[in-house]
Amino acid sequence: MKDTVDSYVTEDGRTIGGVMMDMRGITLRFGGVEAIKDISFDIREGEIRAIIGPNGAGKSSMLNVISGFYHPQEGEVWFRGEKRPPMKPYQVARQGIARTFQNIALFEGMSVLDNIMTGRLTHMKSGMLAQALWMGKAEREETENREAVERIIDFLEIQAIRKTPVSRLPYGLKKRVELARALAAEPKLLLLDEPMAGMNVEEKEDMSRYILDVNDEFGTTVALIEHDMGVVMDISDRVVVMDYGRKIGDGTPSEVRNNQDVIDAYLGVAHD
Amino acid sequence: MLYREAGDFKTTYKADSQTFPIAFDRWRYWAVLAVAWLVIPFVINDYWANAILVPFLIYAIAAIGLNILTGYCGQVSLGTGGFMAVGAYACYKLMTSFPDVSMLVHIMLAGGITALVGAAFGLPSLRIKGFYLAVATLAAQFFLVWLFNKVSWFYNYSASGQINAPERFVFGHAVTGANTTPAAQYLICLLFVTGCALLARNLTRGTVGRSWMAIRDMDIAAEIIGVDPLKAKLTAFAVSSFFIGISGALFFAVYLGAVEVGEAFGINKSFLVLFMCIIGGLGSLFGSFAGAAFLVLLPVALKVLGVDVLGWPTQIVSHLQLVVVGALIMFFLIKEPHGLAQMWRHIKEKLRLWPFPY
Repeated sequence: MKDTVDSYVTEDGRTIGGVMMDMRGITLRFGGVEAIKDISFDIREGEIRAIIGPNGAGKSSMLNVISGFYHPQEGEVWFRGEKRPPMKPYQVARQGIARTFQNIALFEGMSVLDNIMTGRLTHMKSGMLAQALWMGKAEREETENREAVERIIDFLEIQAIRKTPVSRLPYGLKKRVELARALAAEPKLLLLDEPMAGMNVEEKEDMSRYILDVNDEFGTTVALIEHDMGVVMDISDRVVVMDYGRKIGDGTPSEVRNNQDVIDAYLGVAHD
Repeated sequence: MLYREAGDFKTTYKADSQTFPIAFDRWRYWAVLAVAWLVIPFVINDYWANAILVPFLIYAIAAIGLNILTGYCGQVSLGTGGFMAVGAYACYKLMTSFPDVSMLVHIMLAGGITALVGAAFGLPSLRIKGFYLAVATLAAQFFLVWLFNKVSWFYNYSASGQINAPERFVFGHAVTGANTTPAAQYLICLLFVTGCALLARNLTRGTVGRSWMAIRDMDIAAEIIGVDPLKAKLTAFAVSSFFIGISGALFFAVYLGAVEVGEAFGINKSFLVLFMCIIGGLGSLFGSFAGAAFLVLLPVALKVLGVDVLGWPTQIVSHLQLVVVGALIMFFLIKEPHGLAQMWRHIKEKLRLWPFPY
């Protein structure tokens, strides 16, 4: 068992805390197919944790286990020192875990502002009657949360498209709005499923900067899946490598880079 | 030039999230309200009340109700007629059981009872979507009509199987029964339309409305952001049925006065209200009004044109009506699938630039 309480300071001066999320012996099957085979890893408070691996390795399935879409047949999920019972996705959201999707999953019929406001849902408590009459708490809450949303809009530099319907936006901006929606929830743990897929170099740089800023300014723990190795090696503190549902590597970027199993998985290995 | 938002600066978030952010819209809204409340009641006559205004107002409430469910929450329902019948029969039972209680209370209670029934029939929506849900709500439609025909307790064991609205008063004026003036009929409907539209608007611009729309647009993402699908769908069914129940109660008590359930609240009614929503524009409150106005006015306009202007025989005109209305609906859906509300938005964008092309 690894040490679970010690915190340490990274080279660039950020403090990485104890274990926030601990996946223990997760096995996930779909019928006869084992998508994830007995994988254990942890995510520490304040770190940027990358999950990488070739296509079909089970990375997205792992994210779906964390966010409550899939319930593993074996293994335990520990979050902030407590074992998590099987939960529905909306209950996971209320625990402070937000995520984005590989294929953008925005609410196409709503404006950018409404999309991001939806992210504040877990912070809004006023009842239906109060909202129907639009008095007192409901109105106050709407204004307060609008302020919080405007801070996110400022942060991600999307002021100009605030009122635009999401369906009219180009791909790169949609990705950014989706990140904004997840950030609006003020999550403790942010899960990003291929945040840079399909972007050009400039957009990737922007997105990397946002992820680093989110981590640095809000102290949000980030777990991300990404295929661009350059980005992964640059921004992540630790990397989990998966292949065919198994974990084949876990460690700092430089450790992973020199791991023979990882090299084999990515470059292929000669069979004799 | 005519219609613009330039120069209309907002300095608070509250001002920015109001119902009509553009000043011109606000003035128009108050003008419409003023005419509706202060002018029409004094000039209304029997023909205008019974042929146009009262049915328009009642259908507008039903269309708002269905639009919340189908347009905002994305759950297709063909049970509107059945839920209107629940409102009508609940209102009838309340009126005859508690004759001394105000009619306004009865109508709201009828809406409340319909909300409970609607939420119960909304339970399948947790498992099934789209066309399959439409079929499940169709079952509600047929079951409810059958129930009100079969169980004679609902129509107080009357021999005809009909329900008749007894005379009731609000502030000393008859609003149901034979002695109702057109103005009283109109005003009680207008009161409920105004109230329902305000409630619907407030619900759809806040958290509840955003949860509904999130479920409609992408249910998986909605769940991941913290929307409880059970709660969102059932509240949509309940709120929608509340409005539909009120419209059913008004339709029976104020408009028709006597109702035979299969005739007044059959499957045709479900389709009529659904068409209003689609033609008006799904997910738009303005669309609910526009759709109701379109489908109420169109037959009347065709009749006036055919019988009074062209002098054709009445039967031919009434048959032609069906053909023309059907054709127009198809034409509309091909030309503007998002309904009258979308058309209105296009007009506004053009007006913003007028007289310049761009």
